[in-house]
Amino acid sequence: MEWFDSSALTLAVFLPLAGVAAVALLPRAYDGLIRGAALAATLLALLVGAAMVARFDYGAGAAMQFEVQRSWIPSVGATYHLGVDGIGLPLLVLSLLLSFLCVVYSWRVLPEPRNPKAFLALLLLLETGMNGTFVALDLVLFFVFWELVLLPMYFLIAVWGGARRDYASIKFILYTLIGSVIMLLGFLALWLRSSPDAAGRTFDILALQELGAAARFGGTFGTVVFAAVALGFAVKVPVWPFHTWLPDAHTEAPTVGSVLLAGILLKMGTYGFVRIALPVLPDAARTWAPVIGVLGAIAIIYGALCCLAQRDVKRLIAFSSVGHMGFVMLGIATLTPIGINAAVFGMVAHGVITGMLFFLAGSMHERYHTRDIVELGGGMATLMPRLAGVFTLACIASLGLPGLAGFWGEILALLAAWNPAPGLSVPLFRALAAVGLLGTLLTAGYFLWLLQRVNLGRVPDRWGGKPLGDIAAIEVAAWSPLVVLIVALGFVPGLVLWMTNPSVTGWFTDLFA
Amino acid sequence: MPIDFHAILPELVLAGTALLVLLVDLFVERAKVVANYLALAGTVAAGVALATLVGQGTRSTFGGSFVVDNYALLFKGLFLGSLLLVLLMSQRYVDAGTSYQGEFYFLVLSSFVGMLLMPSSRDLLMLFLSLEIVSATGFIAAGFRKSDARGNEGALKFLLIGVLSTAVMLFGMSLVYGFTGSLQLGPIAERLAQLGDEPAAVMSVFLVVTGFAFKVSAAPFHFWAPDTYEGSPVPVAAYLSVASKAAGFAGLLQVTFVAFPAYARYWAPAFAFLAAFTMLLGNVIALAQTNIVRLLAYSSVAQAGYMLVPFAVGSAASPGVREEAFQAVLVYLLIYGFTNLGAFAVVTLVSQRQPANLIADYAGLGRRSPALGVAMSVFLFSLAGLPPLAGWYAKFVVFRSAINGDTLTLQALVVFMAVMTVVALFYYAAVVRSLWLGEQPEGAPEPPPARVSPTLGTAIVLAAAGVLVLGILPNLLVQYAPMSTLVASP
Repeated sequence: MEWFDSSALTLAVFLPLAGVAAVALLPRAYDGLIRGAALAATLLALLVGAAMVARFDYGAGAAMQFEVQRSWIPSVGATYHLGVDGIGLPLLVLSLLLSFLCVVYSWRVLPEPRNPKAFLALLLLLETGMNGTFVALDLVLFFVFWELVLLPMYFLIAVWGGARRDYASIKFILYTLIGSVIMLLGFLALWLRSSPDAAGRTFDILALQELGAAARFGGTFGTVVFAAVALGFAVKVPVWPFHTWLPDAHTEAPTVGSVLLAGILLKMGTYGFVRIALPVLPDAARTWAPVIGVLGAIAIIYGALCCLAQRDVKRLIAFSSVGHMGFVMLGIATLTPIGINAAVFGMVAHGVITGMLFFLAGSMHERYHTRDIVELGGGMATLMPRLAGVFTLACIASLGLPGLAGFWGEILALLAAWNPAPGLSVPLFRALAAVGLLGTLLTAGYFLWLLQRVNLGRVPDRWGGKPLGDIAAIEVAAWSPLVVLIVALGFVPGLVLWMTNPSVTGWFTDLFA
Repeated sequence: MPIDFHAILPELVLAGTALLVLLVDLFVERAKVVANYLALAGTVAAGVALATLVGQGTRSTFGGSFVVDNYALLFKGLFLGSLLLVLLMSQRYVDAGTSYQGEFYFLVLSSFVGMLLMPSSRDLLMLFLSLEIVSATGFIAAGFRKSDARGNEGALKFLLIGVLSTAVMLFGMSLVYGFTGSLQLGPIAERLAQLGDEPAAVMSVFLVVTGFAFKVSAAPFHFWAPDTYEGSPVPVAAYLSVASKAAGFAGLLQVTFVAFPAYARYWAPAFAFLAAFTMLLGNVIALAQTNIVRLLAYSSVAQAGYMLVPFAVGSAASPGVREEAFQAVLVYLLIYGFTNLGAFAVVTLVSQRQPANLIADYAGLGRRSPALGVAMSVFLFSLAGLPPLAGWYAKFVVFRSAINGDTLTLQALVVFMAVMTVVALFYYAAVVRSLWLGEQPEGAPEPPPARVSPTLGTAIVLAAAGVLVLGILPNLLVQYAPMSTLVASP
């Protein structure tokens, strides 16, 4: 299996791209073949991912596995360097899984103006960018994958989106681009300082992490560069106050666009903090950690308050993402192994749960032709009991009920905030933990209120006459893996933590002790 | 001293073709399009001649005034590639528009002879001559639509500003000669270094630079560009915005990095200002355009601004840093050339049916002919610099060279450029949006799908393939840049 170990990541990243080529070359008339090709590409990539999970050496700690390094652009010193550790692997698998499920879901539901060929090609291109981001170990390569998601997502929103898609798509791409160009400048600054002589400079993330651990990037330089790099990540997460593109983009995007946006794209930002910002610039991270923590706590409360004010189900879920990513950022800001574990777990859990919620919002919209809570008018439990049941499960998982996936990320983040890394202000972080706790109450409040308004009550007359189909077979296929994961991750958080913990302790225990 | 005819073979072939085209055109009554085929054949022949010069080491003739080295070869390759694309896109356009085909191709080929001479020119006189060959033929080609008022206005503006800036440059050159007693770039550099800070010499250097700044349409010497591009036949606008600009940059690289490095501490900050101003002006005004050619004109002004950024690194102490800045300009030019020609090829095609060239004409083009829509989106997003299209790499090397300079001015400049990149995305994305989502105005009939002639199709496919492949594997191209530097190695 030598062969597999050295090519698994390349396959996982570029099988979807091969799918893009296949979909693009097939004539438009062969609708079934086009969909089949897309499905096959994502399924094969997912199988590669599954095989990697099986072959992953869980005892190997922080070491990168399935590593591959080739020459790419020697004239600037950028290499084709891929690898995963316990932090990247769960996110890679999440991306592979959600992309596959999105293609499955699209088999039945394709928003206007349909055109499955273009839609699926963009979806697959998006997957290449997402997968690549989680496994790239070279800053230039990372940047290219990072930016690769922009164009397909822009088109998915702009062409297949809702009524305000124009505004939402351009806002999404401009916001993200300004963040990522500044981030690129930060990367270049790191490269410049990585060695005094031109020949020794490097874009390699692992090499930069070693330099970072040796305190190469300290002082004002580190503080400024951290700000630049973090800005790029923060826009993507999004951290309050850089979040304003998110509600618009999520609301207007087609269902699978929202699923991938919330499920994967946001994680690229938080992953960037864990993989690049913290290990490469540990001193600056300590300087900025209180700021990040405070912004995270603000996001938790702000997201929850906005949710209370929403009438559109999809927009409500979008704002709930702001809050949940606030917990992830709070976990990261503590700079402790528990906090980072919580963050990675929170990313996976949020991807699964919120992906599920956006699927549900899409299916509700498809049946009711509205997402307005007041117009829905309640009674979904009577009208479509199975859909309502899954919706209830996803909502209470999202509010953090113990026993479901949403619980562990939040509770561990709060625990970590109670005891932040040495050198950070304990009273401040305990205050943030208290704020976070208040946030969980608000979160529970708006989700329960949502359930009450949508699921319970009498069916309004306007739906009474018309039969609304309950969950369809395709939806069962697309959703059941997520439902299983929501429950399984709740009962056995180790499914993720066994992967992440050795890597997290390997990287972070000494760094911030 | 014998002349090395092999070294000037590509120029000879091209100049011969230009004359032949003119001659043959006299004797052809109908099928005037034969001029295009002749020109194409001549371009390919010149390309073959160029290929025989590759790997032969440096050749020098005319007493060192004309040098063929890797730097010159790289630029000549770019020019011949552009010429090929321009000829491919001219065929149907010119055939349908005018009977003066022989004259048209004569002018275009002559202009490219000047461009081929430019990167080989290593003294001020040769530089001046090549620049004038490029410009003088360009003035006439720009006014080729004689009956069109805009064409006349554009050409006249081009001529007046061009002549003015040439005069300024020539004055500067005469002063430089007065101070140094030499016209050759190498000796000028040595004597200026010995001369030290002589204010009048510094001023003369600035005068020379001004002449080239006009050619590359750097603000505030840019304002001929939008009018001239708009009034010119579209293929001429394409070569003015790519090849003629590249020739200007070739000249600029030679005078700044080779002849005037002694005064880098004066001209480098000036370039920082020039770059910032050019980016700002080009991008902001482009936001307001409704005509696609004017949009591309202002975008090409903005792109010139990005390309001027590495010149601001010219005063760096380390030769390695200067060398990298030099290469950044080369790489940017090569990638920009492919991309912009591609965009103009699409514009040429659309303008055959909708000669007004309004952005509104592009509404729904992607729905009518998806392949064309994809190609245009690829070109525009590459100009915007989004991965995985080649434009990202061009911007990346410019960022890198400026960060490498490691001064506060340069850092401020790259941050400014980063912001400008985002502004630029706004107008590129607006056109792309219209391609796919735009609606024809109420009542207007949906225009018929554009018919793509084989030659034009070839041009578009070549350019799009170049943009895609180079975006993923930039090394295929940029590995030649380090061999092509004129900056003395450390």
